[in-house]
Amino acid sequence: MPRNNQEFVDFAVTARKYKTMLTKKYKNRKAWVDPNPYEIQSFIPGTIIEISVKEGEVVQEGDPLLILEAMKMQNRIEMPFTAKIKKINVNVGDRIPKDMLMLELEAVEEVENC
Amino acid sequence: MTLKKNIIALRQKKALVQMGGGKKAIEKQAAMGKMTARARILYLLDVNSFHEYDLFVEHEERNFGMDSKELAGDGVITGTGTINGAPVCVYAQDFTVMGGSLGLKHARKITKIMDHALKMKMPCIGINDSGGARIQEGIGALAGYGEIFYRNTMASGVIPQISVILGPCAGGAVYSPALTDFVFVVENISKMFITGPNVIETVLGEKISQEDLGGARVHAEITGNAHFYAQTEIQCLNQIKELIGMIPHSNQEKAAKIAPKKPTFNKNLENIIPSDPKQPYDVREVIFALTDESKFIEVQELWAPNIVIGFGRMNGETVGFVANQPMYLAGVLDCDASDKAARFIRFCDAFNIPIVTLEDMPGYLPGVDQEHAGVIRHGAKMLYAYSEATVPKITVILRKAYGGGYIAMNSRHLGADFMFAWPSAEIAVMGPEGAANIIFRKEIMEAEDQDAMRQQKVDEYIEKFANPFVAAGKGYIDAVIEPMETRELVLHALEVSQNKDDYRPHKKHGVPPF
Repeated sequence: MPRNNQEFVDFAVTARKYKTMLTKKYKNRKAWVDPNPYEIQSFIPGTIIEISVKEGEVVQEGDPLLILEAMKMQNRIEMPFTAKIKKINVNVGDRIPKDMLMLELEAVEEVENC
Repeated sequence: MTLKKNIIALRQKKALVQMGGGKKAIEKQAAMGKMTARARILYLLDVNSFHEYDLFVEHEERNFGMDSKELAGDGVITGTGTINGAPVCVYAQDFTVMGGSLGLKHARKITKIMDHALKMKMPCIGINDSGGARIQEGIGALAGYGEIFYRNTMASGVIPQISVILGPCAGGAVYSPALTDFVFVVENISKMFITGPNVIETVLGEKISQEDLGGARVHAEITGNAHFYAQTEIQCLNQIKELIGMIPHSNQEKAAKIAPKKPTFNKNLENIIPSDPKQPYDVREVIFALTDESKFIEVQELWAPNIVIGFGRMNGETVGFVANQPMYLAGVLDCDASDKAARFIRFCDAFNIPIVTLEDMPGYLPGVDQEHAGVIRHGAKMLYAYSEATVPKITVILRKAYGGGYIAMNSRHLGADFMFAWPSAEIAVMGPEGAANIIFRKEIMEAEDQDAMRQQKVDEYIEKFANPFVAAGKGYIDAVIEPMETRELVLHALEVSQNKDDYRPHKKHGVPPF
């Protein structure tokens, strides 16, 4: 264990800061990001085998967006709510990691139903 | 005359099988920087104490050309011997024989020696060095693993079980070590994972080396699967010998008592701990000041270092230590630290080892990652383990004991037998700053100079509550002691706890928050 004082950092636990060292695991922890409903991310690493939508298209809630194959399963990714496809960041055949931003959505203006 | 002939034939047959996979395979093993299975056993056990069984066991697989294959000892060496005089059962997978792959007979040799260890009440040490299931044997290999896991579970808490990972240990094979009490790993040699880098790359497209995925360091520092980490096989085998000398050999006995010795660590306890609760120090120095010859076998040294666990002797008897480590993450409790301490406490309780808890912690680690990782469930393991334990339980509060952490660290309320506190102890519902902010919120808000008022209220709170006397006044602390009296008092507490008998309601087993 290093005894060099410079290794110590200020570490806040409730209202007080303590001098201490950080662990590798603590330093590598992921910061919390508030989920953005307009971003469709991959929940598992895999391969895009089909894309059913185009940029600019308005897609209804529940309609298929794309198929992400992972662990020998074809996962159908569906539209979470009715919106417009703003941007598609993947192509068919792409092998993508987990938490990749696949699609960006845009709100559609309320269309009045007659 | 004919008998002589038979004896010579036996010797030849034995010599052949004892060569394992043959000269070439042994050279290959050496080229990988690894000792052979036999050499490992012979180094681990006392000279001339190893006796091997089931040397001539053969596999029964007839498919895929296996009928013509002879596998020496079916790829595993099993037997009994002694470590510094203490009887143990041991098995070692032989990587030179078909990659140490596990078939049904290989597994049955292991389960046989495990049954023996359980019946004869001695520790069982398993040396793992295997490519995994022998695919040719199909479901027979799976049956073999299952039978081993079942015995690991039956033996848990009855005899100490030690797993040594000296090569690959992949797929289902990893679950036997995971079920045992102590896992030993060696840099560059141990590799443990459920699915290896090849599968991960094929299925998920993620590239990672074996070492980065499940090497010794990863399991010692990141996953917590390993308990002891060594640079070389020899160092690892020596660590095992040392541990075997420190722990009881079954749940029906206590660890062997040796001649009492004084601590050799000569730093004054009063000078180890800074009076400013925000300053760190190495809590292991407090342990060194308490144990015979200042010896301490630390368990899981690299993982969750914010809590220190391990064994030492006091007046010749083995004691388990659990201590917050202010050097790392201010000594907070988090998911990993709670897991680490809880399992250790249960080991000590199962094997009649008294527990000494040294407390100095500011509380649980705040953060979204901790909450979402289930710090509630993990933290509860500690409460469960301490409450459930019936071995003598002694706590010394060195400095901070705030909030939920105060309860968790073997408080009187969870059944501690002896609660000591140094005069530097601060036993309070939370840190003075936090408490003052809540209690005197109105006064602080209404003050002209809020900072000055806050400081005044914090100082008042420290003066009144950041001490051991409020808790001592309620009888939650048995004695406020001088640091230099600690060893004497803990020794006395252990002495008068010799015949401790603590009853628990009858049950099949509890349901801890695993």
